[in-house]
Amino acid sequence: MTVLALEQDDRRSAITDRRMVLFAALAVLLVLVSILGLGLGATGVPASRVLAVVADALTGHAATGGDALIILQVRLPRLLLGLLIGAALASSGALMQGLFRNPLADPGLIGVSAGAALVAAATIVLGDRLLAPSIGALPFSALPFSALPVGAFAGGLITMLGLYLIATRGGRTSIATMLLAGVAFDALAGAGMGLFSYLSDDRQLRDLTFWTLGSLSGATWTKVVAITPFVLPTLLAMPFLARGLNALSLGEAEAFHLGIPVQRVKAAAILLVAVAVGASVAAAGMIGFVGIVVPHVLRLMAGADHKVLLPASALLGAALLVSADTVARIIVAPAELPIGILTAAIGAPFFLWLLLRRQGGLAL
Amino acid sequence: MSALLDAEGISYRGGGRLLVDAVDLSIASGSLTVVIGPNGAGKSTLLRLLSGELTPTVGDVRLHGQPLRSIPPWRLAHSRAVMPQASDLSFPFTVFEVASLGVEGLGRGLSRSDRQRIALDALALADVAHLARRNYQTLSGGERQRVHFARVLAQLQAGRTVETRQVLFLDEPIASLDLKHQLALMQTAKSLAQDGLAVVAVLHDLQLAAGMGNDLVLMQGGRVVARGGSEVVLTPGRLAEVFGVNLISPAVPPSPWMLAPDRSHSAGAG
Repeated sequence: MTVLALEQDDRRSAITDRRMVLFAALAVLLVLVSILGLGLGATGVPASRVLAVVADALTGHAATGGDALIILQVRLPRLLLGLLIGAALASSGALMQGLFRNPLADPGLIGVSAGAALVAAATIVLGDRLLAPSIGALPFSALPFSALPVGAFAGGLITMLGLYLIATRGGRTSIATMLLAGVAFDALAGAGMGLFSYLSDDRQLRDLTFWTLGSLSGATWTKVVAITPFVLPTLLAMPFLARGLNALSLGEAEAFHLGIPVQRVKAAAILLVAVAVGASVAAAGMIGFVGIVVPHVLRLMAGADHKVLLPASALLGAALLVSADTVARIIVAPAELPIGILTAAIGAPFFLWLLLRRQGGLAL
Repeated sequence: MSALLDAEGISYRGGGRLLVDAVDLSIASGSLTVVIGPNGAGKSTLLRLLSGELTPTVGDVRLHGQPLRSIPPWRLAHSRAVMPQASDLSFPFTVFEVASLGVEGLGRGLSRSDRQRIALDALALADVAHLARRNYQTLSGGERQRVHFARVLAQLQAGRTVETRQVLFLDEPIASLDLKHQLALMQTAKSLAQDGLAVVAVLHDLQLAAGMGNDLVLMQGGRVVARGGSEVVLTPGRLAEVFGVNLISPAVPPSPWMLAPDRSHSAGAG
């Protein structure tokens, strides 16, 4: 017994070490892809210059030169937006998977992003129409940007609640029902988007296309400032649900027996996902599959414990989205590819592979 | 001595049917109570009412004299543990992590290494210590059940730092276990009861029930129809009436095994 305990102690510290290594590696990765993201593009800037410009800006010195302007006014807000959204989408995916107790949930895949985008689109199109007669022709920017995250949040929340109510019966979640309900919600939101496209003028139509494809190209400091108060608190709050989600993976009754306030944990998870996805969609449209790929890769590397999974998903999601955005900017330069196309091109085959790999199929 | 757990005239209606019908039941510390009855008699529902998972439509269940519905989940978790029928996990948790779920966030004044030791001791007691690193999803049904037994043992051990008068509920705990582990689990439950724990188990196997308990609760149609020792509860007349089987005396064929007298399994040492 004592020998066993000692051996197990060694093993536990080995696991702790491995987790430290994982987090350190993810942090290094994040820094590297951030520097690359700032440096690469139509105008290449060497890494040393990138660091110098950022260091200057941080210490309050006025930046000089055209490359400084590009980095500080164009690429830096875009980088920050990518980091926030990547972190938000990946950890939302991990949180949803914990809530639905299955690894196939993803905000983009089962209609949460689409629901959020629909209400955000409604805010643009209807907001313009309602306000236009009184104020006259209204530029898009006149609509306070913070109205979009709120609208998108409402859309995400409605979809999450609907999905949860439909897919979960008596404390058990049916994977098939969740996916099928997600398809239905997605189609419904698609129909709504179609309707708005029909109603909208040329400028609004461009905006709507942007929602459906997903892109970081509209990044501005205003957007970064607008979504940070939504995304950052949710990212910091998510790990507090880790113990509850771990227990929930045994089942709702078992989690209750372990002392988890199940209803409160579920409500908090739904709310956090809606806020994080809503803010992401408002700023960058629908970017799919980040939430399914990232947590899955991390589970293979570090196990299923949500205490590790949630923060690690945020880090890897941020790194992945920034890398994808960098690729999207340089692959067809000087034009750029909407990032949603890129993540779907990687994510959809990955999702199919996950489906095929599951033992016993979907367990309908 | 007042009862540890006390149900007074509880009924539960679900799906338009009366699943539990006016049941009075009191459970004392240090007792081993075995609930038996045919399928659909309401055994599992009764267990879920007693553990606080369901709230009775009529009546109250009291733990330490306090209605269950007024006790918050985290406090309840220190006073009782429930071993479910073996369940699936959707994520690749290790066996050690599953057992650790029983101790995380519970107990008072426990260090990280205390919690680890409690989980490891529980795994050893349930004879699954050798599986600690394995992915739970790759285990057999019986192994999974033993891991959950370890998890509830760990929970009770951690909870003991706050509340010493505890209840352990076992729902068909031996359904998928082999003979050796059936006996080992029931033996452990028995010695835990001797150490002062109240154990309430739903069992299908009448032979094992007869060998285990001097406190059998026989249910039929949501009601408790008999309670007492096996000689009182398992009479041929009663078995014919409740289970619809005709047996010639002795009511239950003699068990092919006998539980060895206590081999001093210490309850969740550590």
